Amino acid sequence: MTATPPPAIRLDRLRKEFTGTPPVVAVDDVDLDVGQGEFFSMLGPSGSGKTTVLRMIAGFEEPTAGRIELDGEDVTRRQPYDRDVNTVFQDYALFPHMTVADNVEYGLLVKKVSRAERRTRVAEALEQVRLGDHGARRPSQLSGGQRQRVALARALVNRPRVLLLDEPLGALDLKLREQMQVELKAIQRDVGITFLFVTHDQEEALTLSDRIAVFNAGRIEQVGTAREVYESPRTAFVAGFVGTSNLLTGEAARTVVRRDGSFAIRPEKLVVTPVDGTAGAAAPGRPTATGVLEEVVYGGPTTRFVVQLDAGARLTALEQNSGSGSAGAALRRGDRVRLDWDPEHVIDVPETTSK
Amino acid sequence: MKLGRGARIALSAFGVLVLAFVYVPLGVVAINSFNSDKTFGWPPPGFTTQWWQAAFEAQGPRDALLVSIKAGLGATAIALVLGTLLALALSRYDFFGKHSISILVVLPIALPGIVTGIALQSVIQNILSPVFGISAGLFTIIVGHATFCIVIVFNNVTARLRRLGGSLEQASADLGARPWTTFRRVTFPLLRSSLIAGALLAFGLSFDEIVVTTFTAGPDSQTLPIWIFNNLFRPNQAPVVNVVAVVLVVLSIFPVWLAQRLGGTDATESRL
Repeated sequence: MTATPPPAIRLDRLRKEFTGTPPVVAVDDVDLDVGQGEFFSMLGPSGSGKTTVLRMIAGFEEPTAGRIELDGEDVTRRQPYDRDVNTVFQDYALFPHMTVADNVEYGLLVKKVSRAERRTRVAEALEQVRLGDHGARRPSQLSGGQRQRVALARALVNRPRVLLLDEPLGALDLKLREQMQVELKAIQRDVGITFLFVTHDQEEALTLSDRIAVFNAGRIEQVGTAREVYESPRTAFVAGFVGTSNLLTGEAARTVVRRDGSFAIRPEKLVVTPVDGTAGAAAPGRPTATGVLEEVVYGGPTTRFVVQLDAGARLTALEQNSGSGSAGAALRRGDRVRLDWDPEHVIDVPETTSK
Repeated sequence: MKLGRGARIALSAFGVLVLAFVYVPLGVVAINSFNSDKTFGWPPPGFTTQWWQAAFEAQGPRDALLVSIKAGLGATAIALVLGTLLALALSRYDFFGKHSISILVVLPIALPGIVTGIALQSVIQNILSPVFGISAGLFTIIVGHATFCIVIVFNNVTARLRRLGGSLEQASADLGARPWTTFRRVTFPLLRSSLIAGALLAFGLSFDEIVVTTFTAGPDSQTLPIWIFNNLFRPNQAPVVNVVAVVLVVLSIFPVWLAQRLGGTDATESRL
């Protein structure tokens, strides 16, 4: 073995069952390594176990089995106050009876950092989230986005090894959320701390993350970069959850792909051409399928076409509205169209994950 | 919802009638405490402050008032400590038998006072007094009152804890605070107003309790309500009883009013 640093977070067959009849397996033997300084997202629908994993790393839930290591150190049985991680809560959990500055100072205060150092670090942290002149306010006097930034400053001021973020942008409206995504990414690059980010928003995960773990039913279906997870989903679930996908199974798969199995193809990889005699043949080597246009949905930058194939499946194609020459402008519901695609973009996706 | 004119008048009249039923008799007692006729002839033939003066100088009511205040403070102190601990245990921790305990804690307020009284009396007579040498007196009054005062504090604190949720305490632990620090810096400050409200209500309840007190008070420890009850039918004392009753009403209203005000302002303040 070389002397590479241990991963910031290592989960080893981490398991959590909640008592009940029958008991619920929230996290089902999860293995995961998160590297130093990574912006890592846990993505999945609600109830997939991603938040439970986060809460176990923070120390709020005790694992039923398995190990949690931070920087190579086993912290599985440690109390939250004995772990060098900090959390940004979904509801922010700001102390309502303290000012913004007191909230940010809290972690340093209970760790008995000297008064002078506390003052400079609180000022720095507030400056970092652009709330330098809001220190004397109460959390109740701030907007949602500002509270979110206070929660971030309160965690970052402690310079933890790992920052845990539990759907921190979930309560913000779209514009603010997009703005906070950019800020969050910049702050993470700035401080170089490992961020472990929980979200159910696939677009958010793709935009922010160095790597993503896709959760489903207490298990990780796939770990990879945004590009890997999007372009080469390893399971039907990942293909369907991250972005939209056309899933081809059974008879449709056989006729369209000419192979047995389940396949996914992204809507933007499909090219729509009207079948009216004027269009030439598709480029050689590109598979094609014909069908009837069922729906044309204009969406600003893109247009979505829903095509009912003669072979039986229904596929969605997405085209850029890049100019007057784009096919979308001329097409109407009920037109006969041809779809063609690059065979490389047809992804094998096993229907069920291996148990 | 909009009410018709007739309904509005009928409901207003009914409301006034109900309030009148409650407060007119109290008013009569207050007026009678200044009635110059010793047998409270109506309408009062004249105004006098002699009963107030007599009450002020009498030793009986003054001793009783002192006992009442001591009992109220003692019961409230016990209720604050035990009620808060119980509420924290039942809202923040999971353990076997949790639901049964929460019912057992709240039950005393629903139990008929006379049952609580009889039960306590037999314990005092058969166990406390012969075995431990503790006979009926101030201490037993305090314990008796504490049985239902705990419920008041418990309910107040539980409601507050439920509204606060657990995430503030988790945030505190996450930032490195040990449980005691979290309690001192986060939980307690956020509970403070509900503790004050609970304490005032508990004191108010204790101050005018009579049934349980009848069974737990000793011969030389009378609370004010007991003193009134004992002197009500003595013709000589009747005018003084009126005065004491008025004092009692005023003293009871104040904590309830204060508790309501605190509960009200606080609800809006601690919402984020």
